Amino acid sequence: MKLIIAIIKPFKLEEVKAALAEVGVEGMTVTEVKGFGRQKGHTEIYRGSEYTVDFLPKVKIEVALADESVAKAIDAIVTSAKTGKIGDGKVFVVPLDEVVRIRTDERGETAI
Amino acid sequence: MNTLRLQPLGLLFAAALALAASVSAFAQAAAPAAAAPPPPAPTLEQRVAGLEAYLNNTDPSGPLKDAKGNVPTGLTTPVVGIAGPGHNGWMMTCAALVLFMTLPGLALFYGGLVRTKNVLSVMAQCLGLAALVTVLWWAFGYSLVFGKSFNSPFLGGSEFFFLRGVDSVPNTDYAAWVSQNVFSMYQLMFAIITPALIVGAIAERMKFSALVLFMTGWMFLVYFPLAHMIWGVNGFMNGVWNASATIKAIDFAGGTVVHMSSGWSALILCLILGPRLGFGKTPMPPHSLVLCMVGTGMLWVGWYGFNAGSAVAADGVSANAFTTTTLATAVACGTWALLEYITRRKASVLGFCSGAVSGLVVVTPACGFITPSMAVPLGLLAGALPFFACTKLKGMLGYDDALDTFGVHAVGGTLGAFLTGIFANPVVNSNLSTNLKDVVGKTLWLEQIKAIAVTLLLAVIATTILGLLIRALIGLRPTVEAEQEGLDLSDHGEEGYIFEPKS
Repeated sequence: MKLIIAIIKPFKLEEVKAALAEVGVEGMTVTEVKGFGRQKGHTEIYRGSEYTVDFLPKVKIEVALADESVAKAIDAIVTSAKTGKIGDGKVFVVPLDEVVRIRTDERGETAI
Repeated sequence: MNTLRLQPLGLLFAAALALAASVSAFAQAAAPAAAAPPPPAPTLEQRVAGLEAYLNNTDPSGPLKDAKGNVPTGLTTPVVGIAGPGHNGWMMTCAALVLFMTLPGLALFYGGLVRTKNVLSVMAQCLGLAALVTVLWWAFGYSLVFGKSFNSPFLGGSEFFFLRGVDSVPNTDYAAWVSQNVFSMYQLMFAIITPALIVGAIAERMKFSALVLFMTGWMFLVYFPLAHMIWGVNGFMNGVWNASATIKAIDFAGGTVVHMSSGWSALILCLILGPRLGFGKTPMPPHSLVLCMVGTGMLWVGWYGFNAGSAVAADGVSANAFTTTTLATAVACGTWALLEYITRRKASVLGFCSGAVSGLVVVTPACGFITPSMAVPLGLLAGALPFFACTKLKGMLGYDDALDTFGVHAVGGTLGAFLTGIFANPVVNSNLSTNLKDVVGKTLWLEQIKAIAVTLLLAVIATTILGLLIRALIGLRPTVEAEQEGLDLSDHGEEGYIFEPKS
C-alpha cells in the first residue's frame, strides 16, 4: 500500500478529483496549505513599502492506494494538474504500513 | 460636579438676571406715564426684502436698517431671528455627513490598513474621540472657537460655555439662516475628525489612556485656538470676515485648521513615539484593503458635507464647492494610480484610495474659492505631491508614519493652503471682493504662507510639549508584550475577527 501526497495549484483541484475518480480512486483528503518551492513568492507594495510574500496558497491531496493502482493515480494527477508553468506542485509517494476502517475494524487493502 | 464648577458662573448669571428684572420693572412702571407708541410696522417692501434675503442667504434684518445702518427699536419682520428651512435642513444633513466621515468612514479606512490584531484599537480610538470631543465641545470648545467675549483674535469667549444660549435662533455672526445649535453641531463634527486623523500616524503602538490624555490637551492647545484664529469672526487669520485680521488668509473648509494641524502634529507624535516593534523587519501589510476602500468611499461621500457644507448655507458658493470637490478628488484619485502604473506597472486599490483622500484634503481649503477649471490642475498636484511624500520621502527619512497621516494630510493640507492663495477667484465667491479685494489675485499667496507658518509652528510646538509631558507622566507606549499581542486584546479585551470552524 502507498500514500500519495500531491501538492497542486488550488484551481486545479476539481480536474484532479475528476481524473482520480476516472481511474477508480474512491476517496481522498484535501487540505488548504501554504508553501513554496522553485516558484518562490511574490512582492507586494503598499504606498512604497515592499513586502515579500514567500508562502503561496496550495492544495494538498492525500490518497491511500493498493500498490497496483499507484501508477495510474500518479499519471492521472500529473496530467490533470499540469499547466507547464512554474509552481504546478509535486507528488510524493510514501509506503503505507497499515490502514484501518474505524466503523468495521477492517484492516489492510480491504479498508482502503 | 458641574453644579459645583458652575457656581461662580451661576452667581454671575443670577446677578445679570436680577439686573434685567429690575430694568424691565422700571420700564413697566414708566410705561403708563410715557404712553409708549406702538412698535413700528415693517412696510410690504421690507417684508418682501426679508424673504428675498432667505434666497440670497443675507441678513433678513438688513432691509429694516435706516440710513445710518441701525434697525429702529421694535421694528422687525416674522423672518428675523428664525432659521430658514432649506439652509437649516442642508446643514443638519451636512453635520451628519461629516460625522459619517469619522464613524465609520475613517475608522474603516484606517482599520483596514492596520494588522488584524489592531483593527479594533483604531475603531475604539475613533469612537472614543467622538465621545470625548463632543463633551469638550459642549463644555468649552464651541465657545472658545465661536464666542467673542474674550475679544481676542486667538481665542473665542466664555459666553457659550456648556452651550448656554445656543438654541435654534441663528447666530448672525456666522450664518443668517442656520440655527446656532445646528451650526454648533456641524462644527463639532470637524472637531471630532481632526484628532481622529492623527490616529493614523500613531496606529498600532500607543496606549489608549495616553491617547485620550494627549487628545484632550491637544484640543485646547491646538484645535480650539487655531479654529478661532481662522474661522472666528474676529480671528487672527480670518481674512474673509475680519477686516482687521493681522494675517489676511482664507481657508474654506479647514486645510490649515483640520489637515495641516493634524498632519504636522501626527509627524511629531510619531517621532516621539518611535517606530512600531519590528518596523522595517517584519512585514506589516494592510489586513483588509476591502475595508479600506469602503472607508474611502464613505470619506468621499461624507466630504461633501465637509466642503459644500462649509458655505453654511445651501447657496451658490456651496454648489460650486460641491463641484470643485468632485473634480479635484477624481483627478487626484486617477493621478496617484497613474503614477503607480508608470513607476511599477500596476495601479493599486490603495493607490486609488490614497489619491482620492489626497484630492479631498488638498481641495478642502480651496473648494469654495476656486472655479471648477482650476480644480483640475489642483487635483493633479494633489495626486502627485502626497504620492511622492508617501512612497519616496517616508522611506528616505525612515519615520514610521504608520498610515501616512503626515504624507497625505500634512503635505496635502499645506499644498492646499498654498494653492488656495494662487487659485482663489472672486467670480465664484463674492466674499472675496470685500475685505480681501486688494489681496486676492495679488499677495494672497503670501498671506497663505504666513497662515501656514503659524499653523505649523503651533501644531509642532504644542505637540512636542504635550507628547513629552505625557510620556513623562504615564508613558505613551504599551509594554512590549502588549504591543506584540496587539492592542485589541491588551487595551480593549476583545478581538476583531473570531472564526470558528463549521461543526
